[in-house]
Amino acid sequence: MALRKVIGTETEYGIAVRSDPEFNPALGSAMVVNSYPGPRVRVQWSYEEESPGRDARGFGHEGYGVSDPEGTLVNAVLANGARLYVDHAHPEYSAPEAWDPLQGALYDKAGEFVMYRAAQAATERLGGARMALYKNNSDRKGNSYGAHENYLMSRATPFGDIIRYAMTFLVTRQIFTGSGKVGSENGRPPVDFQLTQRADFFEEEVGLETTLKRPIINTRDEPHGDSSKYRRLHVIFGDANLSEVQVFLKLGTTALALAALEDGALPDPLDLADPVTAAWTVSHDMTFRQPLELDGGGTATALDLQLRYLEWLTKYVEKELDEPVWRQVLAEWESVLSDVEADPDRLSDRLDWAAKLRLFRRYADRDALGWDDPKLAALDLQYHDVDPERGLYHRLVGRKEIRRLFTDEEIARAETQPPEETRAYFRGRCVTQFPDSLVAANWDSLVFDLGEPHLRRVPMLEPLRGSRDLVGPILDEVADASELIQRLGD
Amino acid sequence: MPDQERERARQRDRNEEEVEELELADTEAEADLEELDDLLDEIDSVLEENAEEFVKNYVQKGGQ
Repeated sequence: MALRKVIGTETEYGIAVRSDPEFNPALGSAMVVNSYPGPRVRVQWSYEEESPGRDARGFGHEGYGVSDPEGTLVNAVLANGARLYVDHAHPEYSAPEAWDPLQGALYDKAGEFVMYRAAQAATERLGGARMALYKNNSDRKGNSYGAHENYLMSRATPFGDIIRYAMTFLVTRQIFTGSGKVGSENGRPPVDFQLTQRADFFEEEVGLETTLKRPIINTRDEPHGDSSKYRRLHVIFGDANLSEVQVFLKLGTTALALAALEDGALPDPLDLADPVTAAWTVSHDMTFRQPLELDGGGTATALDLQLRYLEWLTKYVEKELDEPVWRQVLAEWESVLSDVEADPDRLSDRLDWAAKLRLFRRYADRDALGWDDPKLAALDLQYHDVDPERGLYHRLVGRKEIRRLFTDEEIARAETQPPEETRAYFRGRCVTQFPDSLVAANWDSLVFDLGEPHLRRVPMLEPLRGSRDLVGPILDEVADASELIQRLGD
Repeated sequence: MPDQERERARQRDRNEEEVEELELADTEAEADLEELDDLLDEIDSVLEENAEEFVKNYVQKGGQ
């Protein structure tokens, strides 16, 4: 039985101060993070490796010197277990570890709400100019910023298998994971409109890079857990999505494919002859009929290949993973693929690229605009604005043109309440309960200052421990962090 | 009713049905377009000032 596919997303947001093209994006990002008015603790984020032998032992302040160039003040842990910080010159939200793709999508959307509130507070501090944040991945001038997905995998699964089996899936899933973009960039052939924000930027099949020569399969081996048992598949080949259904579908189908891969339930890797070319070919193909060369001869379309995965994974769920959430993934997936085949316009109520395309076409028709008109570029950018008044995605949702999975109340709750099934629960509760004692954090530990000579570290090497079932009763009973540490040591 | 007449009546009914369906489809398409135009008007009203200039200057530092 495959390991539970614990999921976490990380999103870098585009940033601009309206009316001030000269603003400094790194300082602006720090201002966004520091302005966030919700419950959070500013911490030192430790990049130090965990050493299994050093579990609950404390160590001195010296170990946490100013080694973090980003500075301690632009790193926060939120009450929902997320991390909010500055990465490169962007504010980034890394969602708490989620138990399933529905929860993964909810906490990804909660991140947009966090960014919206932070941007609003930053705007107040700016006094006049507006801090604008965009959940997209490109400035359309050759610069891209990421939206990554993370999936918990077993260390026993050979990485070579992950590369072979996941490659074709990731390349072909673009037909429903893209957020849409006017034009192309990074030297790719010109197009009016394409399915994804990111495909133009991928230049290698496999590699360690995330900022240059980006690879379709990223090999970063940083499990954020017990490295003898786990690996974390860091998927960098994907778009930030606004549509709730789309985030769910992206996380759900990918988690399912990885679980089946781990269980040996994918019969054929369906190798592409040239995955890098196929990556942008799929993104540029608005007919969905473009054949892709297969390794060993023959061709297939992205849709053909996705239909094969759907068939295999439907059988897999029936046999191995018969839970409502996975059946919901299959139902949405099947409906999307059949609409791609029959009438892609129908997807405008679920997929960002399709919603944009419908809108931009009509706009271009009405005002007789060419696809290179800056007005369409402006609409493209404004679709991603996290401000519900201004963001075109939000406007479409308001008019019920785009379907939702969550209510505003559910998203607001996920802003401050952690998932209950993973270690994010422990992290989030500690932020709420012991904000003054928490001094450092990373994904697999928390460090407390109890007023003693040494700091105390609580290791969290197991992503599924620290759940409400396991630590809820203790957290409910203890009066302070000292008592917590004592109880955890018992 | 003689067979011929019945056949004619059926034919007529079917033609009417077809005509009706066509009209229905047209109305739906028109309503859809109207709604879309209404949406475009709404977007015109929220589109930021100097949006075109702004998007030209929207340059980001590369990230991950």
